[in-house]
Amino acid sequence: MSPRSFRLVALGFGFAFLYGPILWIVVFSFNEGRLVTLWSGFSTRWYAELLRNRRLVDAAGLSLTIAAVSASLATALGALAGFALARLGRFSGRGLLAGALGAVLTLPEVILGLALLLAFVSLDSWLGWPGRGARTIVAAHATLGMAYVALVVRARLADFDRSLEEAALDLGAAPLQVFMTVTLPLILPALGGGWLIAFMLSLDDVVLASFVSGPGATTLPMIVFSSARLGLNPQINALATIMVGIGALAVLAGVWLVHRMERGR
Amino acid sequence: MNRMMRRLLVALPAAWLVLFFGLPFALILQVSLSRAVIGQPPFTPLFAGGAFQGGLGNFALLLEDDLYLEAILASLGLAAGATGACILLGYPMAWAIAGAPRRWRAPLLALVALPFVTSFLIRVYAWIGLLRPTGSLSVLLQSLGLIDGPLALMPGTFAVAIGMTYTYLPFMVLPIYASLEKIDPTLASAAADLGARPGRIFWSVTLPLSAPGVLAGSLFVFVPAVGEFVVPELLGGPGTPMIGKVIWQEFFNNRDWPLAAALAVVLLVLLAGPIALAQRSQAPTARGLG
Repeated sequence: MSPRSFRLVALGFGFAFLYGPILWIVVFSFNEGRLVTLWSGFSTRWYAELLRNRRLVDAAGLSLTIAAVSASLATALGALAGFALARLGRFSGRGLLAGALGAVLTLPEVILGLALLLAFVSLDSWLGWPGRGARTIVAAHATLGMAYVALVVRARLADFDRSLEEAALDLGAAPLQVFMTVTLPLILPALGGGWLIAFMLSLDDVVLASFVSGPGATTLPMIVFSSARLGLNPQINALATIMVGIGALAVLAGVWLVHRMERGR
Repeated sequence: MNRMMRRLLVALPAAWLVLFFGLPFALILQVSLSRAVIGQPPFTPLFAGGAFQGGLGNFALLLEDDLYLEAILASLGLAAGATGACILLGYPMAWAIAGAPRRWRAPLLALVALPFVTSFLIRVYAWIGLLRPTGSLSVLLQSLGLIDGPLALMPGTFAVAIGMTYTYLPFMVLPIYASLEKIDPTLASAAADLGARPGRIFWSVTLPLSAPGVLAGSLFVFVPAVGEFVVPELLGGPGTPMIGKVIWQEFFNNRDWPLAAALAVVLLVLLAGPIALAQRSQAPTARGLG
């Protein structure tokens, strides 16, 4: 086989593997029959049933709220941590901070979930706070998300041309002014990207949420997971297709924004 | 920047991590030394009446029952298998992208990372529909006459391996690509000028120079795969007792928090080395993703 055709085969096979299952879900969400795996005609009935399913719609609302709040918290905390690691040079506890963030990134979720739950239970018995529910899920997701945000912000700051800030200082700008007019606009894409990553992580997480949630707070992934355990359900296919659609739209919007910004320069 | 500001900058994220990372892990250690009781919380305190009450009973139990050792070995084996499969699939993809015309590389890389935009849970769910005996793959292969009976992969270990390979493949492709892209192309042409054939150039120039990428990718796949819970729970049956699943069952089904904590400590110790290695090779990949 020539190198060129080997390359095409490798990419063709790899992308078929990566995208085949996603395509399958989208196609079969429009299947008429209840048997998810056998095609029996086009229909949108599962979308209609999905929208009538109160439990799912409520869980989706809760998940979106938790994701938005925890992503914002994660962005604030992660930006501070990333900035400290990239810019403050040596400070005491630097290694600990970097190590803890790295550990959050790599540890299995089951361990992190169990550890966080133990902390919430203990805090609750000492202080009578925070209980267990949406609040604890937000704290768990913010912890996970901040590690990703810190990574992205730190990488962005490491790549960035410091002479821009120095020039602004030389021209007489106050440090805060330099931060607001030079540094912040340059790291804004990293903050936006980090927020989006944290948001998606939260919206996707079932393990941490299952550990730290209490009776009243059931997120969308928890419902999807428990119904997937029982087998296939055409409503979940419809839900999945909607989520794939939203993801695709978000990516297109991102690409369009980047193009516009580049043309504007 | 003045000292006050600097302190404040570090203090906020540090305080958060002490509360939601340091404290939780101290507690996991503590609970792993306690005993399970029926109550709230369902474990004994370490100090009662001023005396130390803890013990290594949970760890002894882990050694006594073969179930736990089997789960640990199965997890390590499956994670290693998934890592190998990711290398076999991901290396050619990374190599093909690195050799593609320059303007194609960014979009191809984006296509590799794009599945992350869709929910991980949903992508694993899709494999249930594809792999189970009455699933679409089974129907397709039977109608093509390639297999006689229904496909008997799910639930099972092989299905879990496919699911994990699928989930973690992008983690392998991106670091390998990053290391292939850095190789100086003049090295390959020098080898060719000296008479080496394309195969020889690959084995003695390209492959060794891309080894750091393969190592980084392997760690990014292996570490999360060992502790994976969702994939074995959905695609594997009771016959695949992976450690992540056993921790989950001890915690949720048996309500034995101390035993679950002890298992988590064992898993932590097992993964400490690979995690430390992975942290060292993290920075370049982060740049690729950001």
